[in-house]
Formats: sequence, structure tokens, C-alpha cells
Amino acid sequence: MRQGLTWFNIASLLLGFLFLYLPIALLIIYSFNESRLVTVWAGFSTKWYAEMLQNQGLLNAGWVTLKVAFTSSCFATVLGTMAGLIMSRFGSFHGRTLFSGMIYAPLVMPEVITGLSLLLMFVAVALDRGFVTVTLAHITFSMCYVAVVVQSRLAGFDRSIEEAAMDLGCPPGRTFFQITLPIIAPAVVAGWLLSFTLSLDDLVIASFTTGPGATTLPMKIYSQVRLGVTPEINAVCTILVGLVATGVLTASLITRRQEMRREAEERQAIANS
Amino acid sequence: MSSSPPPAAPATAPQAAVESPEVARQGTQKLLKYLVIAVPYLWLLAFFLAPFLIVLKISLVEVRVAMPPYSELITFVEDGWIAFHGSLENYLWLWDDPLYINSYLSSLKIAATSTVLTLLVGYPIAYGMARAPRRWRFALLMLVILPFWTSFLIRVYAWIGILKKEGLLNLALTHLGLISEPLTILNTDIAVYIGIVYSYLPFMVLPLYANLEKMDLSLLEAAADLGCRPIKAFWVVTVPLSMTGIVAGCFLVFIPAVGEFVIPDLLGGSETLMIGKTLWTEFFNNRDWPVSSAVAVILLLVLIIPIVLFQRQQQRSAEAEA
Amino acid sequence: MSGAGTASNQARSGSSAARQRWAPWEDPNEKPHVRIVGVTKRFGDFVAVDNVSLDIYKREFFSLLGPSGCGKTTLLRMLAGFETPSEGQILLEGEDMSGVPPYERPVNMMFQSYALFPHMSVEKNIAFGLKQDRVPKAEIDRRVAEVIEMVQLGQFAKRKPHQLSGGQKQRVALARSLVKKPKMLLLDEPLGALDKNLRTQTQFELMNIQEETGITFVIVTHDQEEAMTVSSRIAVMDHGRIVQVSTPGELYEAPLTRYVADFIGEVNILEGRGAQREGDHLVLQCPDAGCAIQTGPYAEDGGDESLWIALRPEKVRISKEPPADSSRNCMTGEVWDIGYLGNLSTYHVKLDSGKMITATQANMARLIERPITWEDRVYLTWAPDAAVVLRD
Repeated sequence: MRQGLTWFNIASLLLGFLFLYLPIALLIIYSFNESRLVTVWAGFSTKWYAEMLQNQGLLNAGWVTLKVAFTSSCFATVLGTMAGLIMSRFGSFHGRTLFSGMIYAPLVMPEVITGLSLLLMFVAVALDRGFVTVTLAHITFSMCYVAVVVQSRLAGFDRSIEEAAMDLGCPPGRTFFQITLPIIAPAVVAGWLLSFTLSLDDLVIASFTTGPGATTLPMKIYSQVRLGVTPEINAVCTILVGLVATGVLTASLITRRQEMRREAEERQAIANS
Repeated sequence: MSSSPPPAAPATAPQAAVESPEVARQGTQKLLKYLVIAVPYLWLLAFFLAPFLIVLKISLVEVRVAMPPYSELITFVEDGWIAFHGSLENYLWLWDDPLYINSYLSSLKIAATSTVLTLLVGYPIAYGMARAPRRWRFALLMLVILPFWTSFLIRVYAWIGILKKEGLLNLALTHLGLISEPLTILNTDIAVYIGIVYSYLPFMVLPLYANLEKMDLSLLEAAADLGCRPIKAFWVVTVPLSMTGIVAGCFLVFIPAVGEFVIPDLLGGSETLMIGKTLWTEFFNNRDWPVSSAVAVILLLVLIIPIVLFQRQQQRSAEAEA
Repeated sequence: MSGAGTASNQARSGSSAARQRWAPWEDPNEKPHVRIVGVTKRFGDFVAVDNVSLDIYKREFFSLLGPSGCGKTTLLRMLAGFETPSEGQILLEGEDMSGVPPYERPVNMMFQSYALFPHMSVEKNIAFGLKQDRVPKAEIDRRVAEVIEMVQLGQFAKRKPHQLSGGQKQRVALARSLVKKPKMLLLDEPLGALDKNLRTQTQFELMNIQEETGITFVIVTHDQEEAMTVSSRIAVMDHGRIVQVSTPGELYEAPLTRYVADFIGEVNILEGRGAQREGDHLVLQCPDAGCAIQTGPYAEDGGDESLWIALRPEKVRISKEPPADSSRNCMTGEVWDIGYLGNLSTYHVKLDSGKMITATQANMARLIERPITWEDRVYLTWAPDAAVVLRD
């Protein structure tokens, strides 16, 4: 009963992960299919990748998406870190309830509503729709995710560390940059990464808030998907999945390494004493 | 002893003069604090709350062929009077046309059914992960988290190629001789269920795993010691103890599933009604901004109950842990 | 006691008698180093610290002792500047500290969790406070080396906090708060996270460092043994109030209240009535004890109300032979239980009234030869001084 796996456990893990990964695996495999027909395997080929690189519309959309994702994730990280700090360190102030409501609400708000409401506001203030509006929209919902990630990291670390800095003569502003920020850095990086991929993935909000000339990659994929499955889209998807998976895996393996080293050193210290 | 009487109030006049730069510095600290609060606060007011109030406003006016395609709620007439043109007509329209009510009900039904299915699929996975040897757990956790990071759209798209009439599933089943006629799965509610379960599985597995992993396994040993068979122990010990995880996972799947657009649009059929899709159509195809605003307001009202319940439950379990 | 020099010489001589003779709090000419004047701290409706007034003198090793939630940590945090008093004042060397933020107070704190900066080496942790004051680099290096030497961490200077054991972390935290030479060092349960053996050893090290540096130490603890060992004086706190401020000896020998008597060491408490004055002491009737009790010296008259009497177990003599005068300070009962602790034995005696009394005796003889055993009828006697009258 201890930690051994029963056959049932092993079977449910295998089937579960098969379910999670098979569709993506098939998508990747068929991006290398010679034939245009999705169901017929006609031999290995990279021609769809070549074709994709010829598709100017797709490349433009990809470029726009990267620009939006990079800009919005940087802004969202700054704003979200501030918001996380406010929620876990600033105690009570007027309008705190409204503030935390506005942080949590976008996380559960259906995307269609967020998109619609932002669009209506951009129209109301007569802001031309395009790169700027999509970026503003992405900053707004991404910063809430960053805030939650940063807040949970702040909640997890000993507050007296910051008090100790102040006790030793460091004013609050400097304490944030010299003590707090280095400690929560992993959460801030994770928040940035999360914002970046959220922006990279977003279809619904971008569809509402974008304008001519700023079509994002998910929108492009969506409009082609509605016309049917094509190996070219499979190729684009494979590249996107590959990029994100590599980024996330690298980031988490690095953190994991550091954690393991740290734990080993801690055990060593206790053993030596 | 501590019985010394309090001293007379210290002479304040010279001290106040000395203190003033200190007071000024504290003033700067305070200003800094309010500045830090103000930036994200104003941002959210401008880009979250204000837009929503605009939705509320537009849901009260009429559609118009112009740009913007709606009438004014408040107009200024002469002599400083203002005229208010709002009406609940859009909401009445939602009530009269069965399309909208059916969309709401069908969204709730589809979301609820797929939440139950996700729980049934997710629980064994989370349970297996929590009982796996410690050195595997990080890898297993990564395997669950990774799809969560990859594009939602792409993961939904991947199913089209599988579920199509001439898709890979039908191909495989025919090859195995299990069916003679290809099944129609794509563009039905079943495809929507599969899509939701697939897309939201990590949201179910993660809270369940976090909960099950913390469970004290000696409780199961105690149950066995007291004569309870493993299967029964699962139902009377493990399941009740993982209730907070189950509830959290269900809310995390149910709430976003109600407002889902991509899955019903790509996998569902023309008769699959979901409110997110209806809103999208109303906005992009019919260009009726006031009615889509009214749909959004009602959708939010429908979702507020589960959201509030979820927050309460989260608060309670946070308190229980503290 | 004219100056600090004499005081520290006497303290350094190490004998507890010398320590006890150094008593600035008894000298009306001595100015308090810190004055806490009518300080109250409320958190909403909850009163954490309730109208506390306290004077602490230079070079004292002062303890705030009490169970968790008694307000001792809140009081310490107000001294450090992390909490602002709702009412009252804190004066450091006569200067009002209200409105002075923690980073501008000449006071340092050692945190219960040590609060070491995880991303800085031992050296950097210790140098942090000096850097904030823009001390020249050469001087920082010199002073850091000095305290590292003092806490014997030389070989760990380049390590990060997670590479240290609990005891080493504790030393780093101590060094970090000492290096700025604060006017007062606040220690929040400084030994709470250490195991028993290390704790006793560290207590003496703390005392030595305090004597060496001459800094006023204020320590918060819930461990009465620790407070008794290290302190010049102890303030016992309960529900936000100070119940008694005394030297460790006085606290044990002359507790003012039942709460203090019970909190410091073990005690038997008896209820007496009908106090009669006899010279400098009282005689009480005590139905529970089944005899009259002659108390130690007590100035006030008891009146008609009940008084409480504290009797330490080690001051109770247990014998099978009746004393000459069994009408006073003599209880009889039956041995109910015996706890053998090696050097000591604890006897639980059930009196005829049903009350349980604890008596401890040093085990001079071997266990087998122990004369008193279960269900023996015994006489419990004590010297009149041993019965201390409590205020409530």
C-alpha cells in the first residue's frame, strides 16, 4: 500500500498520457507527410515547411504575433509584479477589494466577454484598432496571471527577510530591488514566460481587438483551419509547439536542477554539523 | 519595577523643527507606495472595469447602421438637459428568441457533462501520479503541465484530423474491423465533449494531484488495519479527503467551459449551441453590438454564481490550511 | 555602582553573586536606556499589548517571558519599529521613537527565523547593514572579519545560507545584527529553532557575547529555563500585560501571583483563610492542607479574603515520622505516585482532603533502599519561609 503502483495506476497513467499526447504527436507526424491528404501516409517530406516559408501572409502574422507577445509580456510582467506585491505586501488600503476583484476576474472571465468589452472601449475612445490595441488587451489579461504567480511566490517566502533588511537600515524601495526582487526572480521569469505563451496562443481576444494589418498567427491558423486541415498548418503548429515546449522544458529543468542542488547542499550542511 | 510614572509630555517645539526632514522623507515613502498602487490600479480600471461598464451601457441602446453601430445612451439637449435613451429591449429580445435561452441552457449542460467526464478521466491519472515513486513525480507533473502551455487552438485543431469522417480514428477502427461504416463524430456534441475533456484535463489533474499527494498514506494503513478492504478504503477515506481537490478541479473546468468558443466552433456542428459561439456570431456576422453586449452581461450573471462559490471554497480551504 | 566599567568587570567575573549585585534598576540616579511608557497595541478589537510601562537599563540582558500570544513579540516589534503603538511612547536614550521607521532606528533585531538573505553569502549578509550606512569598504571588511571571528564562522564566510546548519545560521543572524553596534539588540526566540543540547551551549555563548560587546539585549522567549539562565531581569507577560518584573532569583523565590508561580517551575498552590498577623508574617487556616500555615514575611494584612500560598516541591520535606509540632506547617497524606528521575524522586501525595501535593527529594540513598513507597502514610513539612503569599 505504500508507494507501489498497482496495475490499475500504471494503466491509467499510460492511457491518460496517451490521450494527452497522441493528438499532438499525430499532428507533428503528419506535418512531415508527403501527401496533402491527412489520412494517407505517402512518405517523409519537409516540403510543407518549405511551403510555409514561402507563405508571406503566414510569416507576417508570425512576426506580428512575436512582436505583440514580446511587448505585452514585458509590460505585463512589470505591472503584474507590482500588482502581486500590492496584494501580498501592502496591507489594506482603500479599494483593495475592488483591486483584487479586478485581478482575479479576468482569470475566470470568458474570453469572448473580455474581447468584446475591450473592443467596445477602443471604439468608444476612437482608438484605431491594430498592433497597439491587441498589445494593450494582452497586457491586461496577462498581468493578472503574472500577479497571481508573483503573489503566491511572495506568500511562500518569509516576510521577516524583508523586515531584516529594513532593520539593517535599508529603506523599503531599495529593499524591494536588493532583497525581494532577487528572491522572487524565478516567479517573475515564470510570469513572463506565461504571459508570452498566453499572448502567442490567444485567438479570441485578438480577433476582437485587432484591426487590419495586425492579423496574428492564431487568427491566421483559425481562418485556414475553418477551410480544412492542411499539412502546411500542421507544420506551423509543429514549430509553435516545438518552440513553447523547448522553452518551458528548459526553464523548468534549470529550476529543477537548482532546486536539487540546493537540497543536496542543505542535506550536506546538516550532515556536517 | 515597571511602576515608573509616565514622563511629562516631551517638549515638542524644538524637536518638531529637527524632525521635519524626517517627516518629509516619510512623506516620500508614502507617495512612492501610493504610486506603486496607482499604476496597476489605474490600468485595470481603464482596461478592465471601464470596458465592462461600456458593455453594460451598450446593452441598453439600439443597433444602428453607422460607425459605431449603436445609438447614444445619453444625449445633451439644449438648456443643459440630458436625455436618457436606455431600454431593456435587448434583454427582452434575448428572452423572446428561444435561440439565446437554448444557448445558455445548452452551454450549461455541455459544460456540466464535460466536467463530470473530465473528473472521471482525470482522477485515475492524478491518483496514479500521487502514488508513483517520488523520483518520477516531477517528470509526470511536467507531462501534465506541458500541454497546458501549448496552444489551445492547436490542441483543438489536432482533433479535427482524428475525428473527421475520413480521419485517423475511423481509419484505425475500420482497419481493426470494429466498424464497417465510418462514424460521424466531428461536428457533433460528442466531439465537443472530447475537445473540452482534452483541453481542460490539466486543470482537473493539477488540483487533484496536489491534494492526493499531500494525503497521509498511513490513513489507508489504519483503514486496512481496522478491517477495511482497499477498494472500500478508497471510497470512504481517499475520496472524501480529496473533496477539496475535486471541487476545485470541477470549478476550474466548468467555469471556462461555459463561455467556450473555439471548441464548439471547430469541433461542434451547426446544431451545437453554446453561448460563446452565439455571442461571436451575433457580433461578427450579424454586427449587432447591443444584443451581443446583452448576451455578454447575461453570460456573466450566469457565471457569477459558480465563480463566487469557487472563491468561497478556495478561501475556506486556504483558511483550513493556515 | 558608578559606571558601566565596574558593572562589566563584575559581570565578567562570572559569579552569579556579582551579577546580582549589579542592579542599576535599584539606583534612583541611573537613567533608563529604554523607557516604554504606557504602550498599548490594538489589532482591530484585539489588544495585543495592554498599557505596558517598562524601564530597561544599559547593558542589561532583559527577557520578555510568556506563553505564545501574550504580546511579547508585538512589544519587541514595536521596539524595532515594525509596529506602531496605538497609545503610549517608546523612548530610546530619552528620544521619542514614534514615527522613526525601522531603517532609521539605532536598534537591530535577530529574527526567530533568522531571516538570512538567501541570495547572499555569509559575508555579504553580515556586511549588508554597514553598506546601507555607506561605511567605507575597508572598514566594512575589518568589522565583518571581526564579528565573523567572534561567532567563529571563519571557514563559512563564502557560503550561502542554505549551505549552513541551523546552529551556523543562528550565528550568522547574530553576527549580522551585532556588526552595526546597535544601541540595543532585540532577539526574537533566538534559540527556539535549535535542539536542546545546542541551545544550552548557545545560551552561555550569548551571555559571553553580550558581556563582551556591552550592548543591551532584549530577548523574547517562552522558555522559562532559558530566561532564568541568561537574564539580568525578566518581565513575565500574560494577555498583553506585564505581571511581574524581577531578577530570576526573585521571580522564583518570591512570585507575586499564582500565574507567575505556576509559570516558573513547579509549584503547589494552597488556599488559606482567616489571616492572623504574628510579627512579620501571617498565620492562615487552610482546610485543604488540614493544618494552619505560617507564611514567610508578608507586609500586608490578609483581611477576611482568601489568600493563595505557593509551596515549591523541593522545599517540602517528606517523612514517615511525625514532626514535633504537627499543628502548623504539617500535612498528612498517602503516597499516591512516585516518579523516579534518577537524581530526584517526585512524590505525589494525596492529602486527607483529597488534594494532591507534589514533593521532590534528592536521592541520596540507592533506589532499592528507598524508605518511602506507595500507599505509605507520610508527613509533609516545610520551613515557614518556604510558604510564599501570592497576591491573587
